[in-house]
Amino acid sequence: MNRATVDVWVGIFVAIGLAAVVFLSLKAGNLLVTSNAPGYRLEAAFDNIGGLKVRAPVKAAGVNVGRVESIALDPVTYQAVATLRIDKQYAFTKDTIASILTSGLLGEVYVGLDIGGDEEMLADGGRIGKTQSAIVLEKLVGQFMLNQASSLASEKK
Amino acid sequence: MVNGLLGLLERLGAATRQTITRLGFASRFFIAVLRYTPTAFLRTQLTLREIYFAGVLSLVIILMSGLFVGMVLGLQGYDILNRYGSSEALGTMVTLSLVRELGPVVAALLFAGRAGSAITAEIGLMKTTEQLLAMEMMAVDPLARVVAPKFWGGVISMPLLAALFSAAGVFGGYLVGVQLIGLDSGAFWSNMQSAVDFRIDIVNGIIKSLIFGIIVTWIAVFEGYDTKPTAEGVSSATTRTVVEASLAVLAADFILTVFMFRGV
Repeated sequence: MNRATVDVWVGIFVAIGLAAVVFLSLKAGNLLVTSNAPGYRLEAAFDNIGGLKVRAPVKAAGVNVGRVESIALDPVTYQAVATLRIDKQYAFTKDTIASILTSGLLGEVYVGLDIGGDEEMLADGGRIGKTQSAIVLEKLVGQFMLNQASSLASEKK
Repeated sequence: MVNGLLGLLERLGAATRQTITRLGFASRFFIAVLRYTPTAFLRTQLTLREIYFAGVLSLVIILMSGLFVGMVLGLQGYDILNRYGSSEALGTMVTLSLVRELGPVVAALLFAGRAGSAITAEIGLMKTTEQLLAMEMMAVDPLARVVAPKFWGGVISMPLLAALFSAAGVFGGYLVGVQLIGLDSGAFWSNMQSAVDFRIDIVNGIIKSLIFGIIVTWIAVFEGYDTKPTAEGVSSATTRTVVEASLAVLAADFILTVFMFRGV
């Protein structure tokens, strides 16, 4: 095998190998989309976060605007405090409502932001005041059964 | 009766001692190969030749297997996801399973069969035909001239092959999901991008394939160097390379997955 031919083939091999890594990072992964995008942090306290996980998307009007960076329990109020990392280009009003939603019945859990009408915008480290907790299916079912039982009981009387 | 029992114990003891000796020899061999790393990189022509044999010649089998694995994942994944009405998650499923597990593992298994066996057979035959001894007589260290370039050639090729396997698989999943079944192309790619994380999924996959490359090539060069210098010895060393490397890759994959992906 000629030395130059080996060099050319190894060159082609390394080039397409690196191209595969770039393809996976950019086209299949999120290297361009989020990791390096500059952003700022917002906090939101929820009574119950349900199945929300770190890295879950934050959406406004269905558009991805950031990610959940961390989740912690506030030791005083016993609320779950989620830190959201929002892309720099988006600003939200002070009366924005954050709610925990699920896409579809079995889909991923995400934080939805509903924009209010306030003229002041939330700054880095700001806290979203109005939140809506996750709907826990078990609680709903429990409530439904309780209502059914009490309505049945009142009918018997 | 007592003699038979003693003989059994003696054989058990001997087998244990031999296994430990071999493990110790393999570890010292590994360190010796690492010590010759500078030679392998100074004489690039030798290492390039090994990358050609280990990497370039494995390209076709890796790309074809990746494509077919991706297409099968697309078909089976669609069948299962469709039952739960979430067929748009197909791209996510195909890519995550390829990048995290199947890419590094299946590429490493194919690599052990395609390149590892060839490395063992070549070094084993060089030992059997006393070429290694001849090199030593000419004051050429076979570790520097033969083993270290082969080792680094394999270690460099493996992550590239795994990435190519995953990329071919993603393309295969795209062919089946979008072109054959008719899922929406935008949903396929955008769901994939929002679920596949660069650091957690792709970088960990590359680290996995690098470690598998070290394991497979290490076992291949060691088995070759440790061959009994007979025709039978070369054939059994080649078989041992494939068996041991495959088992080691699967076991290491479990351990790495525990550390990398538990709780993600």
